[in-house]
Amino acid sequence: MTKADLVEIIFEKVGLSKKEAQNIVETIFDTIKESFVEGESVKLSGFGTFNVRQKRSRRGRNPKTGAELEITPRKVLTFRASNQLKEMIEKNGAKSLGER
Amino acid sequence: MTKSGLIEKVAQKVEGLTVKQTEMIIDTVFDSMRESLAKGEKIEIRGFGNFRLRERKPRKARNPKTGESVEVPRKVALHFKMGKALKEALNIDVEDTEE
Repeated sequence: MTKADLVEIIFEKVGLSKKEAQNIVETIFDTIKESFVEGESVKLSGFGTFNVRQKRSRRGRNPKTGAELEITPRKVLTFRASNQLKEMIEKNGAKSLGER
Repeated sequence: MTKSGLIEKVAQKVEGLTVKQTEMIIDTVFDSMRESLAKGEKIEIRGFGNFRLRERKPRKARNPKTGESVEVPRKVALHFKMGKALKEALNIDVEDTEE
């Protein structure tokens, strides 16, 4: 599934033009992104929770050359699926996973 | 931010959209994504990130208390990987030392 599929679903379900549907889908993800940039978590009940986490600087190695380097502090995002989503995946998704 | 916060902000940004309509649309988006994942599909949202299912193979483990060997069954876990644009937006001030 891609953004285009979501636009299509909204277009079919709601009486909006394709352009409007596209604009709304973009706005939804942009708004979530803005929240992350502000360091704020996003909790979507029934779907899951995104948490912004600050990683501290640490020493790492370039796996190709073996050269040691410093990994700069950075922000990462973690996602935790809601129990409802987990159950849905356990029931159905688990079966079809091997068939792709 | 919770879903209601998201609904409010999106309704403010998109002209001519009521809060009720926005709520319905946002619910439709995440319901559709849920159904897609439940079917075992991968979701790719350009600029945001990808969701995909990953298999955790069955393995043998040991109960650390009793030392007893137990079979851990195959599991499927949902994995989210943030997209490049989002990664960059989160770390504008950070020089990339990865890759």
